[in-house]
This record gives sequence, C-alpha cells and structure tokens, in this order.
Amino acid sequence: MKNTRFRPALLAAASVVALAAAAPAFAGKTLDAVKQRGTVKCGVTNGVAGFSAPDTQGNWSGLDVDTCRAIAAAVLGDPKKVDFVPLNSQQRFSALQAGEIDILARNTTWTLTRDASLGFNFTTITYYDGQGFLVPKKLKVTSAKQLKNATICTQSGTTNEKNVSDYFRAQNIPVKTVVFESFEASFKAFFSGRCQAFTTDASALAGLRNKEAPNPDDYLILPELISKEPLAPLVRRGDDEWFAIAKWVPNALIEAEEFGVTQANADQLKGSSKDPAQQRLLGAGEDLGKLLGLDKDWSYRAIKAVGNYGEMFERNVGPKSVLKLPRGSNNLWSKGGLIYAPPVR
Amino acid sequence: MSGQASRRGAWLAWLVQALLVLAVVAGAAWVVNHALEVLRARGVRSGFDFLTEPAGFSISEGWLDFDASQPSWRAFLAGLINTVRAAVPAAIFAVVLGTLIGIGRLAPHVLLRGICTAYVELLRNVPLLVQLLMLAFAMANLLPDPTEPVHLLPGVWLSKGGLSVPWPVTGEGGWWPTHFEWPERGDFGVSGGAALSPEYVTIVAGLSLYSAAFVAEIVRAGILSVSQGQVLAGQALGLSSVQQLRIVILPQALRVIVPSLTNQLLSLTKNSSLAVAVGYPELVSVANTTIGSNGRAFECIAIIMAVYLLLSLVISFGMNRYNARVALRGWR
Repeated sequence: MKNTRFRPALLAAASVVALAAAAPAFAGKTLDAVKQRGTVKCGVTNGVAGFSAPDTQGNWSGLDVDTCRAIAAAVLGDPKKVDFVPLNSQQRFSALQAGEIDILARNTTWTLTRDASLGFNFTTITYYDGQGFLVPKKLKVTSAKQLKNATICTQSGTTNEKNVSDYFRAQNIPVKTVVFESFEASFKAFFSGRCQAFTTDASALAGLRNKEAPNPDDYLILPELISKEPLAPLVRRGDDEWFAIAKWVPNALIEAEEFGVTQANADQLKGSSKDPAQQRLLGAGEDLGKLLGLDKDWSYRAIKAVGNYGEMFERNVGPKSVLKLPRGSNNLWSKGGLIYAPPVR
Repeated sequence: MSGQASRRGAWLAWLVQALLVLAVVAGAAWVVNHALEVLRARGVRSGFDFLTEPAGFSISEGWLDFDASQPSWRAFLAGLINTVRAAVPAAIFAVVLGTLIGIGRLAPHVLLRGICTAYVELLRNVPLLVQLLMLAFAMANLLPDPTEPVHLLPGVWLSKGGLSVPWPVTGEGGWWPTHFEWPERGDFGVSGGAALSPEYVTIVAGLSLYSAAFVAEIVRAGILSVSQGQVLAGQALGLSSVQQLRIVILPQALRVIVPSLTNQLLSLTKNSSLAVAVGYPELVSVANTTIGSNGRAFECIAIIMAVYLLLSLVISFGMNRYNARVALRGWR
C-alpha cells in the first residue's frame, strides 16, 4: 500500500500539533489553583538532610519542608496538604517555570541572574549558608588554600561549581573538579576516594558527614566559607498575591520567634495575650489575613503547624537534629544574627 | 501502468510530501514561537546571547583546554569535543570486539560459542546506565587511593585518580613537542603527564562493551546471510577457514552488516550522553551546568539536539559512502 509511506510523517505532524496544544498556558492565580486542587505543590531536593529529605515511610522533613507545610497550613488549613515534588538541581527551575510546582523550596541560592532573568521572585531568606569543603583527615589538610592540585567532587548545575572555579582562580591555586549530575553520585565518589575534597553548602556538608560518611570522625570540614549562599524559597513572577503569601508566611514565623510565640503557647496566648504584636500573629487582633487573600487565622495555623522559626531551626538543623549546626548567622537580628522579618502589621 | 500515469503518480507523491514538510516546519515554528511567547510572558529571559559571556565554570579534562573565564560557546565546544573523544574510541572498540564475538557466536567450538552467546545476552539485556554505574562503582572500589597509586611501569601510575602516562609537551609558544612530561607523585596523588580519568575509562568501556553485543548480532546475521555455497566454493578452492572468512564471507556479509551498523554507531554516539551520570564532562554535562546558572533550558537543549543531529548526519553520511562501496552494484 502506497500511503503507508506517509504514515510516519503524518504521525510526526500530529504529534507536533499535540505537543504544541499541550504546552501549558500561563498559570492564572496560583492561590485559586492551590485552593481548587486542595494541595500546595512544593518543589524540594531529592534528599538533603535537615532541609528536605524523606524518611523510610516517605514522610518529608526539614527546614524547606516546614516552610511548605506552614504555607499549606496558612492557605488550606492543613499542614499535610502538600505534594512534595523531588527535583534535582537541573530540573528545579524548569519545573517552576512550567507551573509543575507552586513554590520551589529547595535550598536554592538567591543570585541576581536567577532573580532577574528566570522569571522568578525569591521570597524570604530562610537560611544563610556558605560553601565549604569536606576533606578526609588523613590528608592532614587544614585549609582550603592547601588544596593545590587536588581533585574536588561536586554537583553540576549549582552555584557551588562556579564558586569553586572563582575561588581557586582568585587564589591562583590549580585544582581539578569532577562534576556529577546527581548530588548522591558526587558525594559517593568523594567517600569512595575519587576526590580529595568535596564541596557544597556548609549545612549540607555537616549532614553528609554525619549520615553518609563511613566514619564521620575521619572527615573534617575546612574553616573557609568561600561564598554567601542565602537560601530562599521562590515563586513565579507575575502573581503578586501568591508572592506575598510565600513571603509573609516565613516572615510571620520569624516574627513569632521574636515575640515569643511558640507552637506550645500559641493557644494559651491567643486567648490571653495583651501584646498587640502577639495578637496580630495569632489572629486575635486586627485582620491582616484578608490583605493576603486569606483568613484571620493564617499565621496562627502556620505557627501551630511547624512552630516559630527558632523551633523549626532547632528541630531540623540545630542542636536537636543530626546536623547539630550552631545558630550563627541564622540567629535573630536581635541576638546578633541576620534573621530579620519586616513587621507583620 | 502507462508512463504518463506513473509520472502523474510521482508528481502527486511529491506534492503530498512537500505539503507535509511544510506542515511540519510550520508546526515546529509555531511551537517554538509559542514557547518563546510563554517564556516572555513569564518574564524569563531567552536567547543565545549567553554564549559569548564567560562560562564561569571549568572543565577538568578533554582535548580543548578550558577555564572559567572563557566564553560559554567554548565550553559547549569543549563538551562536544569530549563527546567525540569518548564516542570515537568506543565505536572502534565496539566494532572490533563485536566482530570477534559475532564470529565467535558461529564458531564450531561449543565453549567459545557459549561464552560469546552469554556475552551478547548479558550485555544486551541490562540497561546501559546500570552498566555504567556498575563500572563506575567497581572502579571506585577496586582501584587504589590516589594518594597510594600503583606504579605499573616507569612513569605509569594507576589509582582512583586515573591512569597517568608520560606525555609529550610543547615548549612555550611552540607547536612541536620538545620534551616528555612525566607524571609525578604529589600530596594528593599523581599529577603531570596525561591522565585517563576513571570517568573517561568508564564511559568508553561501558559504551564499547554494550554496543559490541549489538554489533556481534549484526555481524552474525551478516555472515549467516552469505549462502552456504560460497563457503563450499571457498573450501573447493583450498582456502583455509580464516581465508574463507576474510576473502569470501566477510566481504559479502558487509552488504548486510553496514546499514545496521550505521544504526548502531548512531545509537552509540547518542548514548554517550549518559556520561553525565558518571561525571565525565561531555556536551550534556556542560549544558546542565549552564542551565543551572542561567536557566536557559530551552536554548541549551536546542543546542544539544542540534549537535547530536549534526553528529548523526556526519556518521550517516560517512557510513552511507562506505555502504555504497560495499553494496552490490545495480541492486538499488
């Protein structure tokens, strides 16, 4: 039969048309979509302890995870109404651009390029990080400046890869980098001895050493932090309402710590507090929720769901967690740190 | 059919094909245009202007020296060269090994035949990515630490850092090598000379071993397609079995082998993109890094597609030329 010859071409033409039709239209109001769907779609890492990692039962936990849960609690009234979408560092931006997720809370560094050219808005910085190095103690290296001619493992598509390049170029120290597509492959290569150093954000280094190293005591985190890595969730541009929610929920959690509102005392304070700042956070004072398109109790529910920022920090990355990271820069501004929220009023 | 009718049929076929091509091109243009519009509406910057800006990351191995201050297009070029650097040796190994195994599959010797059959069935049925990860894992665990390299020969060291050998280097500004640079053992392993990284060895070995299984089947089919009478004729002429294979059977088998082999080389080249999973800095790895920093996923993926298309066309062209030489005259 003659026309079978055309079948592949016809199929190709048809699939081109189908693809074009399937290209997602510009997402309307994210808040409406979230309410209609009944869940917040939150892009997270495929597993970085302390920030977002699933346990053996598939329950996600971490600082980024709590941010999403707080938003779900504020918007939908239930912190469990989050669909976590694990993304690797190459997938994350396309996923947000394409509307596959409502918010990306995946320890992503706020940079000018990402902010200005990808069609995103970064919300509130939830963790101040810096890039560091992990080395085996047996190399007897105590500073990153001693890594001349060393091979360094890292993950592709991250700011880490570029920072390493910048740092050693500025120091005029030749090093080699081996980059892997996945975070897991990169640190496994390091622990197997392929590289003399591993580099990523210092917070993740602590988690790796404790969770993945054959023997944590054999490894050392070098003192140098070679970059600023302010980690913040981000949303698509063009939806100011959703941007405001994604900004103000974390801000409310920070404000809650500042004004002494905790998961435990929220209910009691809601009835009794005379402090206007506490009242506003607990929905007992003026109604700020309506300005965000939410109800009066939005921040109360967020605090009840995950605690204030300090509690989130303690539980996920602080002394009570496996990471045992000090508060450092991530302390409140009033206690010498950088964590500062504009007033919730 | 009269001549006139068949000419009209040919015209009609041409017309339909031309219309289809137009439809496909128009469809593709619409998709691209629509995608760009959507990106613009979302405030996403697009375009290929980033190619002239500094890449900002370095590439640690390959034939083209590349450092972070050089423009992105050079990074892509280095990635492309690294792709070729892996695919060409892999293709050669795959064809040689595959031919031997394919012949072995037809050997009268039971053990040899069994081994070759087992090879084909094992390698052909396990996904390439899994094989690559296994190879990488094996190398990461079996080779000695870079700080304790094995001294194989004078100037030849082997460790997890790779295989280092002496290499001729050119003097300052010169074109011709003036002396050999010898690898030396340093604090963090061996440096100097030329090194084959474990990532490179993994991808070349993985691609060769995997593709050889398919090549073997193609060679076997090619040999079986040669009529038994040709073998008997060879025997009648008093040729040895090796001579029969070399002079009588293989040249005829090539007619069947070459077109299928072209497909195999195309898929080998495309499969080299899996190197990104084992840490070898080829084209896809470079593109991933670029996407991670500037988010131009659309543009970078378009570059990857264009480059693979180009590579495939080059391979097809070369193989078709070769095929024209071995094909029976007057058959087409």
